[in-house]
Amino acid sequence: MAVITKDQVKHVANLARLAITEEEAEHYTEKLASIIEFAEQLNEVDTSGVEPTTHPVPLVNVLREDKPSKGLDRDLMLKNVPEHEDGMVKVPSILG
Amino acid sequence: MTLFNHSAKELQQLLHSKEVSAVELTDEAFRRIGKVDGDVKAFLALNEEQAKARAAELDNTPADQRGPLHGLPVGVKDNIVTEGLETTCASRMLGGFDPIYHATAAKKLDDAGLITVGKVNMDEFAMGGSTETSYYKKTANPWNLDYVPGGSSGGSAAAVAAGEVPFTLGTDTGGSIRQPAAYCGVVGMKPTYGRVSRYGLVAFASSLDQIGPITRTVEDNAFLLSAISGHDPFDSTSFDIDVPDFASALTGDIKGLKIGIASEYLGEGVGEASRNAVKDAIKVLESLGAEVEEVSLPHTKYALPAYYLLSSSEASSNLARFDGIRYGYRAEGIENLEDLYKQTRSEGFGDEVKTRIMLGTFALSSGFYDAYYKKAQKVRTLVRDDFTNAFEKYDVVIGPTSPTPAFKLGEQIDDPLTMYANDILTIPVNLAGVPAISVPCGFDNGLPLGLQIIGRHFDESTVYRVAHAFEQSTDFHKRMPEIREGLEQ
Amino acid sequence: MNFETVIGLEVHVELKTDSKIFSPAPNHFGAGPNTNTHVIDLGYPGVLPVLNKRAVEFAMKAAMALNCEINQETKFDRKNYFYPDNPKAYQISQFDKPIGEHGWIEIEVEGKKKRIGITRLHLEEDAGKLNHTDKGYSLVDYNRQGTPLIEIVSEPDIRTPEEAYAYLEKLKSIVQYTGVSDVKMEEGSLRCDANISLRPYGQEEFGTKAELKNLNSFNFVRRGLEHEQKRQAEVLLAGGIIEQETRRFDESTGKTILMRVKEGSDDYRYFPEPDLTDLSIDDEWMERIRAEIPELPDARKERYVSELGLPAYDAMVLTLTKDMSDFFDATVQAGADAKLASNWLMGEVSAYMNTNQKELSDTGLTPNNLAGMIKLIEEGTISSKIAKKVFKELADNGGDAEKIVKEKGLVQISDEGELLKVVTEVLDNNQQSIDDFKEGKDRAVGFLVGQVMKATKGQANPPLVNKLINQEIRKR
Repeated sequence: MAVITKDQVKHVANLARLAITEEEAEHYTEKLASIIEFAEQLNEVDTSGVEPTTHPVPLVNVLREDKPSKGLDRDLMLKNVPEHEDGMVKVPSILG
Repeated sequence: MTLFNHSAKELQQLLHSKEVSAVELTDEAFRRIGKVDGDVKAFLALNEEQAKARAAELDNTPADQRGPLHGLPVGVKDNIVTEGLETTCASRMLGGFDPIYHATAAKKLDDAGLITVGKVNMDEFAMGGSTETSYYKKTANPWNLDYVPGGSSGGSAAAVAAGEVPFTLGTDTGGSIRQPAAYCGVVGMKPTYGRVSRYGLVAFASSLDQIGPITRTVEDNAFLLSAISGHDPFDSTSFDIDVPDFASALTGDIKGLKIGIASEYLGEGVGEASRNAVKDAIKVLESLGAEVEEVSLPHTKYALPAYYLLSSSEASSNLARFDGIRYGYRAEGIENLEDLYKQTRSEGFGDEVKTRIMLGTFALSSGFYDAYYKKAQKVRTLVRDDFTNAFEKYDVVIGPTSPTPAFKLGEQIDDPLTMYANDILTIPVNLAGVPAISVPCGFDNGLPLGLQIIGRHFDESTVYRVAHAFEQSTDFHKRMPEIREGLEQ
Repeated sequence: MNFETVIGLEVHVELKTDSKIFSPAPNHFGAGPNTNTHVIDLGYPGVLPVLNKRAVEFAMKAAMALNCEINQETKFDRKNYFYPDNPKAYQISQFDKPIGEHGWIEIEVEGKKKRIGITRLHLEEDAGKLNHTDKGYSLVDYNRQGTPLIEIVSEPDIRTPEEAYAYLEKLKSIVQYTGVSDVKMEEGSLRCDANISLRPYGQEEFGTKAELKNLNSFNFVRRGLEHEQKRQAEVLLAGGIIEQETRRFDESTGKTILMRVKEGSDDYRYFPEPDLTDLSIDDEWMERIRAEIPELPDARKERYVSELGLPAYDAMVLTLTKDMSDFFDATVQAGADAKLASNWLMGEVSAYMNTNQKELSDTGLTPNNLAGMIKLIEEGTISSKIAKKVFKELADNGGDAEKIVKEKGLVQISDEGELLKVVTEVLDNNQQSIDDFKEGKDRAVGFLVGQVMKATKGQANPPLVNKLINQEIRKR
């Protein structure tokens, strides 16, 4: 069985909010399949009883005190915003 | 002018004795960039006006307030956010992006009196090993313009090798500082995870990314790392421990030091030239009194697949914020929200970035999480344990930085697995979070090779000590690419 | 066929820290759009979260007050989804190790007590606010982004809309007592989603559930559930099936309206947040937080009845809010009789707060001055009629009851000789009333007492006036 099908690639593209054409779906299916097949060799490794690692160097309880700073100046906040109105960030409606 | 052949220390003396000024050094950097960057294509954005103004200011700083890097020009990789200086991550997605805040590392460069002359090229969002995935330009290897500089910090390594600037900052997620440093014949350090703040580094894979210096010599590198290191209250994963003066570790004495040569790093998939160069390096280290023995890092082979699953998973989440709403590229002619997301992201990201986002999304998705993501996290534990075990006996572990020297532009871009395999020797280091440096250790057909020296967590000092002792006993670092020789007249 | 209703509630409570959960931006309600943000809240490229210690402690406190077990080794995870109010396209939340688990609260409906289980309580960040326009686009305000939030998920133990209402009231009151949130639904600091399903009695398996949104008050939760309960029963009785769907409660019609049918489950691709460190809560930290939790409403209620001898009703009303209950305790502490203090707080004080739309702390009242006033009544220094005047003065302007009474000359006249003069004068001027009395009309006495009170500006001691009139009228 293929490690990833074209339908799965389309599903994943949708989850990642990427529009892909039929042609691209084929391209990525092939590319991803070769990588995932390569990754399958991890199954050779016995990991029973092995804890997963998220942080390479362990550290716990890094916390900050609850001290507020001033909010960002709104003009600065809007500086890179492509479209805005009344100090708010403009987005198209869900349905359009 | 041969100014950039001087070490930072020598330049500081010249500044002190007023034989040269920060303004002149800055002018020199722009002169050199102007002369060779048309060929090398290392720079994306130049900061000429501000850099010159700042140099003039810095020339007025009283001598007793100057650090070891005061008044020297530096280039910054384009995934490190610089306030008021365009930061693109070499992606169309961030074309024209004008950051409203400064990365902690960028702030530390300023605090150290360094002058940021511009932003350097990279693989798009640091995903790649040749700088060819940049949306804007393909950087060339200064040793041979038909070859890649490596990546993802290809611009950082090429700019130093070509003598455009004496130092740059790069970032390293799976070898992105060390591999281009090796390909370009310069010194590149990936510090311990947590040594340098990641605040303001545009995240690729949060649990692997580190910022580090690329320089011509080990000593310069040590100075620059001291300048950018340290705890940052804005990065929970940055460690609150003392930053040593790394340069003071460069004693030249490695007598009795125990060095492990990773047997897997000389095995399958590693080219002869790299193997031989490292074998020669072992002789040099032994002649300096170090004890070199073979050590096994048995899970090395599995580091690469584990890395691709983990880094892509984190990337799929880290890059989800690029949606055309608050900053960056926004697709036009949009009907609804879904379109905005999909068109913006499809048009804004390149092929390699999209591949990794999809790979990561897949590895995290329902039904596949345990088999891919979690499995890779467990293998990561084993890779880290390999190093922990090795460091019980050895002070450092060495090997080649990459299996081969640089390859030709365009040669591997369509073959992801071959391209990824260039990183098999650097990736385990990121998974384990340990520090590692690449120093020049030979040439193959006129292209440089790198020796990788890996240390214990937060023991960059020993790594630097070994690298420096090796460098001072060899003359690889003194050789210069032709394109640079032309600049030194 | 009869159905059993199964209800689960998901409550979000905003924590009132000074700064946000992962950024130093100010955390308060009501600022101008996009003025309480930090680049961290906007999900700028390169930013990183750093966890607010107080947010963790507030979550711990709420979890403990809701009888949860604390997960001493806990962590944060990323919940990935795209939405304009979610700037990073992931929400930092807790997936498999919520800070609190296996809690419960006790509710009482129609005199019957019942324990409702709490599956989990976890800490996360709130999203921005999306304002829809009718012009084909929406506007995002990121002020709320990064407000610390706890999500409290109930076990499917609730069986009626009444129980759901009681659960919410109780939950709100407990959280309010801990002081970690304002729990104001109108400001969004408490929000509730409900899910409801029906199953034939005796069936173990749950029916398909519908999720209810837009429940902007506890009353709407109750009404929404009532309507949904009826709707589902009708569908099932007609042989239909319930779809897994999200429905919106419409306030004007009292009905629930279909928003969307859920297709499969959402794939949030949770994974551990690499930018934050794990949390390790040791016993000492836990006990320190536990010690900060004040006595909770149920315990207070119990104490008011058993130790202070208050009726159960009084105990219930006084403990509705922590402010009131604290005030009551302090008033009793200051020497006031418990029942009198309760009467005043439930009566005049509550009425005053309602009329003037004021919180207790915004009035001039203090436990000390209220207790002082109650003592003056007990000692007979002022009449209860005068007390109302003194009370108004205290509530409006604050001060000390005894001083007000002295300064305004409001001390009750209890001197017989002095009062006798007034009584004599009143009788002299009201022959008609005396005649009426003699004809057996007892009401006349009331009128005469009133005249005496009027003549003394209400300061006469009423029982004494009564006694004197009865005594003097017979002499005429």
